[in-house]
Amino acid sequence: MTQLLDRRDAVARLLAERGDALVVTGLGSPTYDVHAHGDDDANYYLWGAMGGASLVGFGIAQAQPDRRVLVITGDGEQLMALGGLATIAAVRPTNLDIVVLDNERYGETGMQTSHTGLGIDLAAIASAVGFQDSRVVVTDEELGQMIDDLKAPSTGPRLAVLKIRQENLPRSMPSRDAVFIKNRFRNHLGLTPN
Amino acid sequence: MGVDEIQRVVEPDWPTELHGVFRRAEISHVSYVPDAGHTALINQCIEDPDITTNVLTTEEEGIAIATGAWLGGKRAAILMQSSGVGNCINMLSLPVIARVPLLMLVTMRGEWAEFNPWQNPMGQATQSSLEAIGVTVLRADTAVDVVETVQQATTMAYDCDQQIAVLIGQRLLGAKKW
Repeated sequence: MTQLLDRRDAVARLLAERGDALVVTGLGSPTYDVHAHGDDDANYYLWGAMGGASLVGFGIAQAQPDRRVLVITGDGEQLMALGGLATIAAVRPTNLDIVVLDNERYGETGMQTSHTGLGIDLAAIASAVGFQDSRVVVTDEELGQMIDDLKAPSTGPRLAVLKIRQENLPRSMPSRDAVFIKNRFRNHLGLTPN
Repeated sequence: MGVDEIQRVVEPDWPTELHGVFRRAEISHVSYVPDAGHTALINQCIEDPDITTNVLTTEEEGIAIATGAWLGGKRAAILMQSSGVGNCINMLSLPVIARVPLLMLVTMRGEWAEFNPWQNPMGQATQSSLEAIGVTVLRADTAVDVVETVQQATTMAYDCDQQIAVLIGQRLLGAKKW
């Protein structure tokens, strides 16, 4: 069996190279993984709104065209927004990257098999709708290559599926106060609360 | 000239007026699932170089995108038909719990001279569904009312961090021609 990636290690390596990227996290473990690396004013954590992570990131990317936006979410969360991939690709934002942490399971609810565990290929779907770059990342070497590639400018949205181990790690929980996180995020961008 | 024709002459061109309301309120981001009643406004937003537009595959995408746009400093509005409101309910958790300003313009079906019974369940559940998830609902049934209601709703939304849906009555839109 192929050695799969360690989710916390993969996210830490990705975030260590984030530069000034704005980060949006999908509910559940991806939110904990990003927070485990360290809280940051430029992070917007979702604790709900399943299917919304990549589209919140898309809205930020359109509003902040000079900033790179990195969405880190799970397979179940992204599967709930397959149509959203088409909505994003139709506009071809050049500053939006989506990283799907794919354990092929709904980890938060008891490790039930998701569609990616039943053969559905998210990277192929992203490619089919017109993402500039889409790939499946399995090895440490491929992860390093992906991190390097994401630092280069793009002419369209990019999506990477990271195949990670099935494990429930200790939760690292950011604030659940969505107003606080919102105002902190906007303040980071030099914006007032309203 | 009959009474109906006189009324039509003096009624404002509400889609064009709404585009002006959007501009004055500095709304620069509009997402939509098309509806016949929104056609003119959608086209004016697409042609406006100061407004970013997105066509959606389902209405809930617009809720998440509008929230992201606000996080990034832009005021957003979403255009949809009443049938799309049901698609939005859980995603509305996001602007409601984060107190993100939101303006939804909803063209109504299933309430006035509706011939398609499939439109009735969602059309008749639209207002209560929105109110149940925490959205403030306003209604407008005349061209004058639509413009004034949306105008003041921009203040309610963007100055008070509220989530506002304006329901545009089917009576104003007229019966669908088949």
